[in-house]
Amino acid sequence: MNTPLLDIRNLVVDYPGKGLRAQPFRALDSVSIDVRPGECVGLVGESGSGKTTLGRAVLGLAPVTRGAIDFKGQNISVLSTRERRRLSSDIQVVFQDPYTSLNPSMTIGEILAEPLIAQHTAQSAARKRIAELLDQVKLPSDAVKRLPRDFSGGQRQRIAIARALALRPQLVICDEPVSALDLSTQARVLDLFTEIQRDTGVAYLFITHDLDVVRYVSHRVAVMYHGKIVERGDTAQVTTAPTHPYTQRLWMAAPIAEPVAQRERRERRLAMAADL
Amino acid sequence: MTAPVLTPAPGAVDAAANNHSASLARRFAKDPIGMAALIFLSIVVLACAFAPLLTTNAPDKAVLGNILADPGNGLLLGGDSAGRDVFSRLLYGGQFSLLGALLALSIAVVLGGVSGLVAGYFGKWFDTLSSAAAAILMALPGMVVLLAARSVLGSSAWWAMSIFGVLLSASVFRLVRQTVQNVRNELYVDAARVAGLSDARIIFRHVLRVVRAPFIIQAASIGSVAIAIQAGLEFLGLGDMTIPTWGSMLNDGFARIYQQPLLVIWPALMIALVCLSLTLIANSVRDALENTGSRHRTRRTRTGRGAAAKTTTHSSNPTVAPAAAQNTGTHNSETPLLSVRNLHVGYHQADGSTTHIVHGINLDVHAGEVLGLIGESGSGKTQTAFSIMRLLPAGGAITDGQVLWGGRNLAELSERELTALRGKEIAYIPQEPMSNLDPSFTIGSQLVEPMRLHLGLNKADAKTRALDLLTRVGIVNPERVYSSYPHQVSGGMAQRVLIAGAISCNPRLLIADEPTTALDVTVQAEILDLLRSIQQEHGMGVIMVTHNFGVVADICDRVAVMRNGEIVETGPASTIFSEHTHPYTTQLFDAILTPDNIREPYRAPNTMKGEVTTP
Amino acid sequence: MPAFLIRRLLTGLAMLLIISALAYLLLYLTGSDIARNLLGDNASQEAVDLRAAELGLDQPLHTRYLSWLGGAITGNLGRSWFGGSDVTSLLMSRLGVTLTLVVTSTVISAIIAIALGVWAAVRGGWIDKTIQVFSLTGAAIPNYLIALGLVALFAINLAWFAPTGYTQPGASLGGWIASVTLPVAALTIGCIAGTAQQVRSSMLDVMRQDYIRTLRSRGLGPGRIIYRHALRNAAGPGLSVLGLQFVGLLGGAVVIEQMFAIPGLGSLSVSSTTQGDIPVVMGVVILIAAIVITVNLLIDIAQGILNPKVRLS
Repeated sequence: MNTPLLDIRNLVVDYPGKGLRAQPFRALDSVSIDVRPGECVGLVGESGSGKTTLGRAVLGLAPVTRGAIDFKGQNISVLSTRERRRLSSDIQVVFQDPYTSLNPSMTIGEILAEPLIAQHTAQSAARKRIAELLDQVKLPSDAVKRLPRDFSGGQRQRIAIARALALRPQLVICDEPVSALDLSTQARVLDLFTEIQRDTGVAYLFITHDLDVVRYVSHRVAVMYHGKIVERGDTAQVTTAPTHPYTQRLWMAAPIAEPVAQRERRERRLAMAADL
Repeated sequence: MTAPVLTPAPGAVDAAANNHSASLARRFAKDPIGMAALIFLSIVVLACAFAPLLTTNAPDKAVLGNILADPGNGLLLGGDSAGRDVFSRLLYGGQFSLLGALLALSIAVVLGGVSGLVAGYFGKWFDTLSSAAAAILMALPGMVVLLAARSVLGSSAWWAMSIFGVLLSASVFRLVRQTVQNVRNELYVDAARVAGLSDARIIFRHVLRVVRAPFIIQAASIGSVAIAIQAGLEFLGLGDMTIPTWGSMLNDGFARIYQQPLLVIWPALMIALVCLSLTLIANSVRDALENTGSRHRTRRTRTGRGAAAKTTTHSSNPTVAPAAAQNTGTHNSETPLLSVRNLHVGYHQADGSTTHIVHGINLDVHAGEVLGLIGESGSGKTQTAFSIMRLLPAGGAITDGQVLWGGRNLAELSERELTALRGKEIAYIPQEPMSNLDPSFTIGSQLVEPMRLHLGLNKADAKTRALDLLTRVGIVNPERVYSSYPHQVSGGMAQRVLIAGAISCNPRLLIADEPTTALDVTVQAEILDLLRSIQQEHGMGVIMVTHNFGVVADICDRVAVMRNGEIVETGPASTIFSEHTHPYTTQLFDAILTPDNIREPYRAPNTMKGEVTTP
Repeated sequence: MPAFLIRRLLTGLAMLLIISALAYLLLYLTGSDIARNLLGDNASQEAVDLRAAELGLDQPLHTRYLSWLGGAITGNLGRSWFGGSDVTSLLMSRLGVTLTLVVTSTVISAIIAIALGVWAAVRGGWIDKTIQVFSLTGAAIPNYLIALGLVALFAINLAWFAPTGYTQPGASLGGWIASVTLPVAALTIGCIAGTAQQVRSSMLDVMRQDYIRTLRSRGLGPGRIIYRHALRNAAGPGLSVLGLQFVGLLGGAVVIEQMFAIPGLGSLSVSSTTQGDIPVVMGVVILIAAIVITVNLLIDIAQGILNPKVRLS
């Protein structure tokens, strides 16, 4: 029962360097992480930490140099294009930017039908499923005929979530799905993520740079820095009593939305920096 | 033949991703010039196609009495040097000229289009090889190649146009390849791949849609160039003399220009008008594309005008008046550095109306005070900041109200007076560090330029001061950064440089537009520390535009909350977090995720939902 | 930068080599009948064979190409089939005329196009509209038609210039200027139109950039921003278009030289084409390719100087 759904072991991703004799760039350096069914694992890090690369590697969009990505016991880092395509009903994605992740010239109906078409779903079944999906992400059913530009950022992200859920996947890679959204929209979209997880038992690998967000949605958290995971554990432990110096620095740098508490945190941070 | 093939502007290619063919056609139909060109071209094409219905004279029938005849006598446009009917030759000649162009166009489009698609989408060795081939094809002027080909293949117009089609395919190739590469990197193509679509499906559903519009533009330009060069060959007497063509008519007319000047005019007019209308069509399609707006423009509309435009008049909001009173009344009694009174900002629309995005706001900033201007996208906070310095994008202006600065109303100053004041008294720190440094100049020269202007420093003194400033903003190796170009430094470093530039002339007010939004959280903390210490050191007033309550809590003394171009609530930072009254502010605060909001621990699901297979 | 230059230079040479091979292959592919065509149908088979051997046409194609290439490297491009004159000296005697024409046109066009493009972008309004209409029309209409119009107006109606003919600058400078004015004007108008359009749109593009706003916020005046910062950043795309225009001008010169009876490369290529004088045609193709590749190289260097990202990589 508790065997992981996704099990990544010693994953290395190198990007070829630019130029003839350039050194390859190591985006991921021996990363191991697992996600259990119905679990949300948060992946926190700053830009260049490799967190997005990790997500893309699971999706087959980044080149795997070494290591294994096991999904339900099968190593999916070595699949052929055809086998990888079959996997699309199990692993899905929600990207950060709701503006570029939806084709602006396609209607919502066409966008949501895309994964269903790929699996040769019949027209009537597809229409029914699209209606269910729109209901699930709380969008009106007349949305199918409209274009992405008719929707706000938060609504577009709901459409992206609906597309990801279309094939009832067991794992969704969420790559900064709320960081382009306004504060009030952000909370509602996060609640939608949790609600869907409760209803369907889908697992999330939730990539974000925002500590408050990761704390809000994740069961477990892993902290990435320079292509490595430097700390991991249950959300409560990692976010309240971090042990790795980088995690501590990261936590201290995030401002608290309360002036008095923030002044204390700032003074502690400056004192810590002075000690070093 | 002389002008290189018109290539759509990069913006157009980009914008192409965003448009819907129906709306593109509608926009095109609204452009009178483009439509006129299209109608003219259609008439020419139809007239040439149905030439036998329009004239009874055969194009080759020479009548001795009609040599160089004036129009009239059954000859609509007169007779040529051999006594043939000019009108008839114009129509029949058009058949060959247009078909020749069509041949060149088809070859260019098929060859260039397919190879560009394959090279752009799949890349690898085919890309390298075909790009090299395109470079070679483009290294030769078409006319020279056609002449060389003619010396071997003879004067057949079809051969010439086939070869020209191959030459032109290089420009189609480049366009298609570039466009496809851009689409390939779009997130929605990644999403389609993850959704399990095959490459063929992705190309049909996503890639071809985007390529379509720039393709039409390119095709129209190619048609124009092909007609021009074909007629050019014939004009030189190198064309196919067995068939009537516009070029050979031109040749005939030019030779008789002293005897019958009209002869040269008809074919010249025909060629010129057909080429021009093709170019105009291309241009109108491009305009229509650009008007559909690039992605970024669409987004700016959303954050800027769109949402705010929906609001009704500002007076309908009951909290505005007390908020304004509170703003002017509660703070310390000394005169504020900056007073904004009843500020209205609007954008002029194409139809002559003005869309307002800031509706009569009031603001005060005192020396030594950090005022946070907080709001969500579309609240008008950035527009307010820009309007204070009168740096609004084209079309935007202060439509009413005052911006009072040291007894002067900035809203009424001349551009020259404002220029003298910008940077010296009021300075600006932008949001996106990398795009706000001029990529062509060293960081040093960008720092020195305003100082020499405002402070009258000589080169050496300005450099010394620039190095001091770089040190002040925490740059460890100022000499190196001074002589670096923007692309050589990191985002955090660039933001420090921009802060150094903003404070270089000792301004009294700093307007910072989301200065840490683009930065990592650890860098954000450092930049906020830096801003705080500089602000305290100089006793500057600061307007901090932000959407982040953490940033407000960290650095702001007072806060104004904006929504839809209005300030709904304002007060000291220390109290507004606990005592806000406006429902919108309450709603915002409720949305903040606090450290207490933590997910409950994981429990394994009872049933494996994953076992449910797809229908 | 040096590595970048060497790479560019090598690419250019490789391109020239490939072009020469392709051109040679295509031009001599129909080789069997050449001697027969030259001597006419009445010549005896022996005479034809003899002539073919004389021209080296009895050798296999690749051998002939290699010996042509060997000659070309040392500056020997063979002899004309008609009149037997040396191709290299024939080309050199024509090159100066064409280059003067094309380079003069390019320089004049660049200056006027930059002025017009910047003016249109900065002023907007009806000035912009007028310049756009001119650009569009000028770029669309083939330059021989423009030349025709100029001849009709200035040479025939007003009789300010002779309609055709060329005076060597050595013979009479005034006469030379008078003889090239109309051809240069005909070439220039189209080139200005195309380039001005590009300068305008890249200026508008740059003026919308964030850093322009930041520079304004620092108190730089409009003059400094336009001429120091915006123009500098808009120069890159402008240069690329000028390179394309130069290739276009070389092609345009063919027709224009023929129209105005100017003894340049263009009229040489027309006459050698009509005669089927393959060695001369080959020489013209390779010379023009070399010119274009050189100009593109110069533009790449200029781009590198303008763009620090290229220069410092």
